[in-house]
Amino acid sequence: MTDPVTIYVPCDSAARSVGADAVAETIAAEAAARGLSVRVKRNGSRGLFWLEPLVEVEIDGTRIGYGPVEASDVPALLDTGLLTGGDHALCVGRVEEIDFLARQTRVTFRRCGVIAPLDLNDYAANGGWVGLRRAAAMAPSEIIEAVLQSGLRGRGGAGFPAGIKWKTVLGETRTPKYICCNADEGDSGAFADRMIMEGDPFTLIEGMVIAGMATGAEHGFIYLRSEYPDAINTFGKAIDIARDGGFLGADILGSGRAFDITLRRGAGAYICGEESSMLESLEGKRGEVRAKPPIPAFSGLFGQPTIVNNVLTLASVPMILSGEPGPGGYAALGEGRSAGTQPFQLAGNVRRGGLVEAPFGVSLRELIEDYGGGTLSERPVRAVQAGGPLGAYIPESQFDTPMTYEALAGIGAMLGHGGLTVFDDSVDMAEMAQFAFEFCAEESCGKCTPCRVGAVRGAETIAKIRIGENVDANIALVEDLAEVMVDGSLCAMGGLTPMPVRSAIAHFPEDFAPSGVE
Amino acid sequence: MVRVDETTGIDRDDGLMAICARYENRPDALIEILIDLQTERGCVADADIAPIAEALNLSRAEVHGVRSFYSDFSTTPKGRTCVKLCRAEACKAVGADALAKAVETRLSAGFGETSPSGDVSLEPVYCLGNCALAPAAMVGERLIGRADADKIVDAIERGDA
Repeated sequence: MTDPVTIYVPCDSAARSVGADAVAETIAAEAAARGLSVRVKRNGSRGLFWLEPLVEVEIDGTRIGYGPVEASDVPALLDTGLLTGGDHALCVGRVEEIDFLARQTRVTFRRCGVIAPLDLNDYAANGGWVGLRRAAAMAPSEIIEAVLQSGLRGRGGAGFPAGIKWKTVLGETRTPKYICCNADEGDSGAFADRMIMEGDPFTLIEGMVIAGMATGAEHGFIYLRSEYPDAINTFGKAIDIARDGGFLGADILGSGRAFDITLRRGAGAYICGEESSMLESLEGKRGEVRAKPPIPAFSGLFGQPTIVNNVLTLASVPMILSGEPGPGGYAALGEGRSAGTQPFQLAGNVRRGGLVEAPFGVSLRELIEDYGGGTLSERPVRAVQAGGPLGAYIPESQFDTPMTYEALAGIGAMLGHGGLTVFDDSVDMAEMAQFAFEFCAEESCGKCTPCRVGAVRGAETIAKIRIGENVDANIALVEDLAEVMVDGSLCAMGGLTPMPVRSAIAHFPEDFAPSGVE
Repeated sequence: MVRVDETTGIDRDDGLMAICARYENRPDALIEILIDLQTERGCVADADIAPIAEALNLSRAEVHGVRSFYSDFSTTPKGRTCVKLCRAEACKAVGADALAKAVETRLSAGFGETSPSGDVSLEPVYCLGNCALAPAAMVGERLIGRADADKIVDAIERGDA
């Protein structure tokens, strides 16, 4: 009997959301009925979502892709020689050579979509645990030096240098210390954290263990939102498998160092993606933000020295330490103080939505037009919201802006978590501005007045503008309110809600001047 | 099984105590405990507040405050199947508002309501992380991409969530 042919069908929840489970089951059943020797393997997603479910057939070490496949396509695919990479209307050729993927620089997402997420052998065979083994042989200060040298900045949105945060916690003498991974990826337009947790969970575990070794923390928490049941399921299993494999526990890889991870679920509060609110929630409390200072590095979870890092920040650490690309190589990838690669996420009204990991400095136009292929509706792109619901709406005239923390700040925008939501010319920007305030009103923790009350008043005022009531005076009022929220809010929720509102007013004033009124 | 605890005068609910014990009665696990309760019973009822507070050595106000803060918890039972529709930007960019209207009509229920049969509850959600295949919905724990009313109703009827 010949070796079975390996067929990959993603188990990522986005792929499952368009029928990947049925495709996997049908392939297995049809192959069995035809007496074909097939092994169906469930991988993560490559992040080419318009091709999902993307079926890959491994032939002589090369993977040939077919997508988007429906279960009803399977018999015809097998008829035309799926197992030998046969031609078919759905065939997209060698997956690694698809332009969308080939032109990316995958570092953090190197393994995502390639391996079976919970297979330790797959993980180890594709460079897994190399960074951890190196870290285990290094002094904490050496690990931190490597992270500093890489220039890695926090991928959650604030962009604070990870190495400096780690160094601060290492310098604290109080114990216990904690590593808290913020997996409360609530931004609309963002899904990179989910993809990593579902597609390559061990890399996040590895990053958390390295953070523990670097700072003397022996316990980690991951705060994972309830809207991601598949990620909760996969990551929970990954923790158990890693522990059984000796990668978590009292004596990791014989290093004598201990580290373990507890998974905690969120319960539907956007604000818990704000780090101090997340810490309150991890303590079992209402997710109300804390006034800073003190910063979590001094007084975080249960008042102890704590690192709070985003999923992508921690998941990038193993590659930085592994030597591929290594600290210097990683730093060299970016542009200026925006070092390394950023996983951008193309979302909303976009033809080719998905994950694009590229060095900082790539232009928004390249991302939206070259990678994304314009809008799904085939109408002109009117605006892109960068960085989630608190990010700016960017007009087409600014699409040549290089995607770096600095250049985006220069146009009154921000990178946030790297989500890019595309809108076509049918969007009503005044409605989106009102929605920004309404979202803030819905999700504000209520602790500080500018955010709690300002959001409600802002939504009311935009509603008045939209029906043509005292437009100029009300726009001036919104500007005044925005200033108060920016200056007076305790956290980024109230402080950044004005960003989408102001950018909408500045770049799309015609939407705020109802015709026939005034 | 509910009976009155003689020392505290609080109704003793063995199932609830088992959930708390699952987390060693740790006060920092309060949210986990409420999630399990919500999952197993469809709500976190008023009567549950006092026994949880007692078990975790918290005040009733603290437990009540946490229940009311997080949108996943409800005080009365939801329908057997919960349908979550994303109302956030990426889904709005591809017609989430029209989808919402269509689903409300098909289910005869608005957001925050349960269908007349009592089977299906409709909830708004802000992002399911499926923004490249928007609009997104979730039926039970089953994520639906490029959602339309038919796909959502099919998923409810299949009940394979």
